Formats: sequence, C-alpha cells, structure tokens
Amino acid sequence: MTGLASAASLFLLAVGLSLIFGALGIVNFAHGSFFALGAYFLFALTRGDAAGFWHYLPVAVAASLVVGAVVERVFMRRVLNRAEHYQILLTYALLLIIEDVSKICFGADYKSIGMPKGFEMPVFVLGIPFPSYYLGLVGLAAAAALLLWLFLHRTRYGTLVRAVAQDREMLEALGVNVPLLFTVIFALGIGLAGFGGAVSLPLQSISTGVAVDAVISAFIVVVVGGLGSIWGTLLGAILIGEIQAFGALVLPEFSIAFTYVLMAAVLLFRPWGLLGRPPAVRT
Amino acid sequence: MSMLALEQLVAGYGPIRVVHNLSLTVGEGEVVALLGRNGAGKTTTLKAALGMVRVSSGRVLYRSRDVTRLATHRRAMLGMGYVPDDRRIFPELTVRENLEVAIKRGSKNGRGWTSERIYQLMPWLKEIQRRRGGFLSGGEQQMLTIARTMMGNPEVLLLDEPTEGLAPHFVRLVSDLVKELKSSGTAVLLAEQNLRFITPLADRVYVLESGELRLEGTMAAMAEKQEVRALLAL
Ligand SMILES: Nc1ncnc2c1ncn2[C@@H]1O[C@H](COP(=O)(O)OP(=O)(O)OP(=O)(O)O)[C@@H](O)[C@H]1O
Ligand SMILES: [Mg+2]
Repeated sequence: MTGLASAASLFLLAVGLSLIFGALGIVNFAHGSFFALGAYFLFALTRGDAAGFWHYLPVAVAASLVVGAVVERVFMRRVLNRAEHYQILLTYALLLIIEDVSKICFGADYKSIGMPKGFEMPVFVLGIPFPSYYLGLVGLAAAAALLLWLFLHRTRYGTLVRAVAQDREMLEALGVNVPLLFTVIFALGIGLAGFGGAVSLPLQSISTGVAVDAVISAFIVVVVGGLGSIWGTLLGAILIGEIQAFGALVLPEFSIAFTYVLMAAVLLFRPWGLLGRPPAVRT
Repeated sequence: MSMLALEQLVAGYGPIRVVHNLSLTVGEGEVVALLGRNGAGKTTTLKAALGMVRVSSGRVLYRSRDVTRLATHRRAMLGMGYVPDDRRIFPELTVRENLEVAIKRGSKNGRGWTSERIYQLMPWLKEIQRRRGGFLSGGEQQMLTIARTMMGNPEVLLLDEPTEGLAPHFVRLVSDLVKELKSSGTAVLLAEQNLRFITPLADRVYVLESGELRLEGTMAAMAEKQEVRALLAL
C-alpha cells in the first residue's frame, strides 16, 4: 500500500519528465524542484491547514502550469537548439535557483499537512490500518494517467505532441506553431510535477532537499518504464514504488540499491524500457 | 500575380553560400520544374523559400507579400506546402494520424482536401490507414508525404525530388497526383533530376548549376536543347 501511494506520486513526477524529454529533447534536472514547488504552493495557500486542501489544489496546479510556461519562454527556448551540455547546465542552474528562492520564500523547514477532507479515517487492508488517502492518491494518479492518454491519443493537439517528438522541422513546415506547442508541453509537464508534489504533501513532508531525490527517482522510473510510454511510466513507478517500500521493510540499508539493480537489468536487456518501443525502422 | 517569387536570393548554411542570386517565379496554377544535378542547390532553394534555410540576401514573395522574415509555420498557414525529398512521415503515427496532423485550423485558404477526398484518390491508402508510418514501403511513404501536405490545402506546393528511388509504379502515381494538383489549381515548384518525369508535367523550367541559374524557359523550348541534358549530366 505504501508502495502504491509512492508509486502514484512518482508517476505524476516521471510522466512529465518523460513528456518534456520526448518532445523537447531536454533532460530537465530541475524537474524535482517543480515537484517541491507544487507542494510549497499548496502549503502556502492552505497555510498548512488540511481543510483547504481540495479547494486550493487546483490553484497550486494552475500556478505550476504558469511557472512552467514562463520558464519555457524565458529559459528553455534559448537552449533548445544548443548542445546538450548547455541544457544540462541550465536545468541544473534552475534546480539551484528554485531551491534558494524556495528557502527565501517558504523557509528551509519541513512542511507537511494533515489528511485532506474525506480521507481522515484509516482503511484496513488485511487487518493493517493504512491512511485512506493512499487510495485517494492512487485514484488521482490513475485519473491523470487516463486523461493524459486520452489527450495524447484521442485529440488532435495530442497527436501534435507525439509528432513533434519525431520531427519538429517537418511539423513546422505543415503549419504547426512549434514554439507555442513547446510552451504548452513544458507547462503540462511542470503542471504534472506540481500536481504530484501537491498531492504528496499529506504523505510526505517536503523540504528543499526533496528536489534532487525526486528527480533521480523520476529518471529511474522513466528508464525502467520506457521513454514516451505512459503505461511504461506507470509500470515503472509501481515497480520502483513497491521495491522501495518492500526494500525499506526487509533490508533498509539496501533499499536504494534494489532500484539501481532493477534499472541496470532493464538497461542491459531492454534498453528502450519495459514498455517502450524500439525505434521504428525507417526505410 | 505570381504565387511565389524568389528575388536575387542568396542562401546557405552558416557561412557557406549555396544558392547565389537566384530569381524565379511560379505563376497561378503553373507547374514549374527546378532542374539540376546532385548538389546543384535545389533542396536548398526550396528550404530557403520556406524559411528552413537561412537567407542572407534577396527576398521571398508569396502572392506579392514579402515573407522573407516570416516563421516557417506562418508561411505554411498562408498556403505554402512542402514535401521534403527524404520522406519525413512521422514513423510512430498511423497513416490517418499523419494526415490529420497536417489539417490547418484557422486557415481560410483552401482547395477543400479532406481525408475522404484523399482516400478517394488513393483507395489503397485508406486500407492501411491504421498502420504506423514507419512500416510503410518507400513508395507508400512518398505518396503519404504528398497526401499529408495536400491536407493543408497549399496554394503553392514545393515538391522535392518526389520520384527519387521509386519503382515505376509509384512514379506513375506521383505523376498522376501532380496532374490532379495542377487541375485543381495548385501551383507546383518541382525540384527534379528526372527529365522524363517532368517533361509531360512542367509548364516552365529553370536549370541550376552550382547554385546559379543557367537556363530558363518553357518546357517545350527546353526539351529541344542539348544543353539541358548536359547540365543534368545525362
Ligand atoms: N546542412 C548542410 N550544411 C552544409 N552544406 C550543405 C548542407 N546541405 C547541403 N549542403 C551543400 O549545399 C549544396 C547544395 O545541396 P542541395 O541539397 O541543395 O542540392 P540538391 O540540388 O538538392 O542535390 P540533390 O539532387 O542531391 O538533392 C551541396 O554542395 C551540399 O553539399
Ligand atoms: Mg535535394
């Protein structure tokens, strides 16, 4: 159960990372920082009072979307066609900047919040009590996965998102405003990270340090699940979430090692990820 | 009024200039061939017209409007269509999705191409509409690339060596498609090396060598000249 709940927040985090890398080709080291930022937004809005959770959750997500759009316009745009090390340096710089700005704005102490309304009582699974919000979180992540899949595969704009990952110059020649599309995709990815951070707040206390842990876990999830595959990311998140949860129970010192072993195994035997597709042959 | 005009165009890659002082026009409903052997600068010219290659001087006019500094996607929205020589279908998208991507929202110009009309013209394409682009044969990909650009209802179509490496069957299909476009009033600028292919299609011809214009004239006049064959190294 604990594993599933952390899988849910890992999924929200990783799916945005995968979306951004797939479309813009940018490895966003600051992705975990936006996860933290979403949590901070919600904490600041509710003033740490769980009563305002549902009310302010959409506001925190909207704020993350706006931050994503602004960051893309101001920073990402400038390095899109540059060599990779510029992009890595920039997103790493963003990570540091967001960390410091968060410290100034929100303080360096741990933030957390009580269980949101409707989920105050525990549920019993096999006689063991778990916070019922675990189920709420899993539901939210599943709904997000489904909506995202519908968007990508059943709407025209979603088709453009998939197309731009394959050939941005051609898409532009067909009349698609690719710079605008990039802003939308980046904002969406950051919005998902912020959503993940915000909904994790009742389960996990947030401080500026979570950004790095979060982005590393998200990378592992994406690598394991397969880049650009929503269901792969979901599977990766569940595997990593469960491995970390069970690892922490059985061999706490090695719980991190288990995830790396899984990642290494996947890289060796299925380098495109469990549910990723090997690149299509082009004739 | 010409649909497309290049005026004294100089274009290239970084510091390298590939096309020198090139001027050409494509009139309404005209099929104009841009001939030249490998490396003559045909692709560079087409890409420069669309803003995909840097223009260092000269102008690109679309329907007398200066579009030299306009973003590629805006030129496409105005009515310029481009079919690249390297068949850049989206390999992970299905045939149908490849077509849908090219539908232009909020663009008023149009010859009314829809996927239904495309499928009428190419019934075999409808049968494979659920197949992913990466799994089509070279000829099928070439036809899909042209069909995809048609979905955007271009008023002028820049077509880059559409018959390169195609089996005779597909060369005939491409030829029929160009005729169909011409009869629907679309102007076409067709980069080619294949003289036999363009002879029945083109109204006028420009011949490039090393990025410079060597010859121009009507197809009928050009077909006579040995010089053209020499420039194409035939
Ligand atoms: N990306 C590039 N960077 C630098 N030089 C290039 C680039 N692309 C093409 N060139 C050079 O520009 C010149 C013209 O190339 P271009 O592709 O326009 O010719 P082409 O007439 O289309 O030839 P082909 O028949 O082979 O398609 C060639 O000398 C080529 O080496
Ligand atoms: Mg060429």
